[in-house]
Amino acid sequence: MSKKILVLGEARDGELRNVSFETVAAAKKISCGGEVVAVLIGDQVQSLGEEMIHYGADRVVTVEHPHLKHYTSDGYGQAFMAVYEDESPEGIVFGHTAMGKDLSPKIASKLASGLISDVTKIGGEGDDAEFIRPIYSGKAFEKVEIKEGLLFISIRPNNIEPLEHDASRTGDVSAKSVEITNLRSVIKDVVRKSTEGVDLSEAKVIVAGGRGVKGTEGFEPLKELANLLGGAVGASRGACDADYCDYSLQIGQTGKVVTPDLYIAAGISGAIQHVAGMSNSKVIVAINKDPEANIFKIADYGIVGDIFEIIPIMIEEIKKLKAS
Amino acid sequence: MNIYALVKRTFDTEEKISISNGAISEDGAEFIINPYDEYAVEEAIQLRDEHGGEVTVISIGEEDAEKQLRTALAMGADKAVLINVEDDIDEVDEFTSAKIIADYLKDKDADIILAGNVAIDGGSGQVGPRVAELLGINYVTTITELTVDGTNVTVVRDVEGDSETIETSLPLLVTAQQGLNEPRYPSLPGIMKAKKKPLEELEFDDLDLEEDDVEAKTETKDVFLPPEKAAGRILEGEPADQAAELVKLLHSEAKVI
Repeated sequence: MSKKILVLGEARDGELRNVSFETVAAAKKISCGGEVVAVLIGDQVQSLGEEMIHYGADRVVTVEHPHLKHYTSDGYGQAFMAVYEDESPEGIVFGHTAMGKDLSPKIASKLASGLISDVTKIGGEGDDAEFIRPIYSGKAFEKVEIKEGLLFISIRPNNIEPLEHDASRTGDVSAKSVEITNLRSVIKDVVRKSTEGVDLSEAKVIVAGGRGVKGTEGFEPLKELANLLGGAVGASRGACDADYCDYSLQIGQTGKVVTPDLYIAAGISGAIQHVAGMSNSKVIVAINKDPEANIFKIADYGIVGDIFEIIPIMIEEIKKLKAS
Repeated sequence: MNIYALVKRTFDTEEKISISNGAISEDGAEFIINPYDEYAVEEAIQLRDEHGGEVTVISIGEEDAEKQLRTALAMGADKAVLINVEDDIDEVDEFTSAKIIADYLKDKDADIILAGNVAIDGGSGQVGPRVAELLGINYVTTITELTVDGTNVTVVRDVEGDSETIETSLPLLVTAQQGLNEPRYPSLPGIMKAKKKPLEELEFDDLDLEEDDVEAKTETKDVFLPPEKAAGRILEGEPADQAAELVKLLHSEAKVI
């Protein structure tokens, strides 16, 4: 049976995040040829609608309001529910981002529906779709189904391939006017701490440091390498506990769970709690002085050596590669 | 202040996971308070110490969860409630848990409810916001700072590494992110006192709910371990050669740079 699916796109700094296109791809998989309608919410999102169409959405509904400049669960909840009521979809796909994690349970609760969070893989198509999600931070996986009613999932960024960009696709982009009232949370201030704007959960490349970086300054070469590769810097719990960096960088079972294309573990021993947060990365590189370090067991490529010797050479080699 | 903290019993983070008969094996595993819930309990205790009132910790679970509730009492919580639905409800998902907790809390006039932002086992992070929505109160997730002044609340929230300062008011539900505080270890006198603190055990029949009201909306069909990774390649030679070789391999073989 074909299903109409609503997806929630997400903009950051005036541009759509990649996960928005991934939600369209996920929706296509479960829609069985049904319509995929993208919802964009913000203070200025109308101009982004076309891009969602190019990535496979059939139609776009935007909700713009000055109160939607910053995400709040009340504001975005009101906007999304207004579109939901117009569209009566059979399914919803969100990104499992900070916004999606915060908003999806509210919507699911309002609709008294199930919600499968943090899906990393969709097996099968249409009615036979199965949803795979990590449990125990990736130490295991489960296959979950919605028993009845609304098919509501959130997908982990960087796991489901977006569809091919097709600039010749066309579709309707319409604006819906929604009154946004009674916001119980007011955003007073936003302080940017993340490296060069690349978020850990969406980064294609992560360079992570452990106790082996020895101090705050030790993170500098890691940052340089990450910036050079367009990636983000992460850390182990050891490095965070030792105050070498902010807890917001921590990767592991407590901390962020990440799945980049390339994970470079620098001076990280590979404690089980850290490995849970990164072992599903596509390619893992380990650099550690201790040849017995656990991290080598899961690394695709390993170098037994000093990170402060190896990483600067890597940086030079990558620069050469880029120049050639 | 009337303060509640939601607590889940989870596997210790150092535990390896194994599967027997299609389910996660609990044999010999060590259990702890979900680390994010521990931040919630600590913050609840600090709020009470500053503003007065009472901290009640709540858990849904089997009898075994009493141990984690006693730990929370030993840390300094005043009362504990264990909602044991084992005999009545076969399947529990986030929808079910939230319904049960919200039903228990609906007439408790909570000023603030604290929970972990995610449990390290199921990892969905749904229950906190769902409970707030069912109770009709506001919520803020992944908080790293909390200040309460009368009914005004200022919260700092971690948003993928950025910090957002939010003003809101009680009643409120918040979920804790790492960095909120340093949870205390229970002291020996704390552990002794905890034995005498009230721990109420409720069953499903004690709630104003019918089984149909809480029937799980999702179903786990299978649980499996990730494929074992084949051993990787350890590079050899002088450091400079190794680093150069690595960059070459990442570019031409792994194709990730």
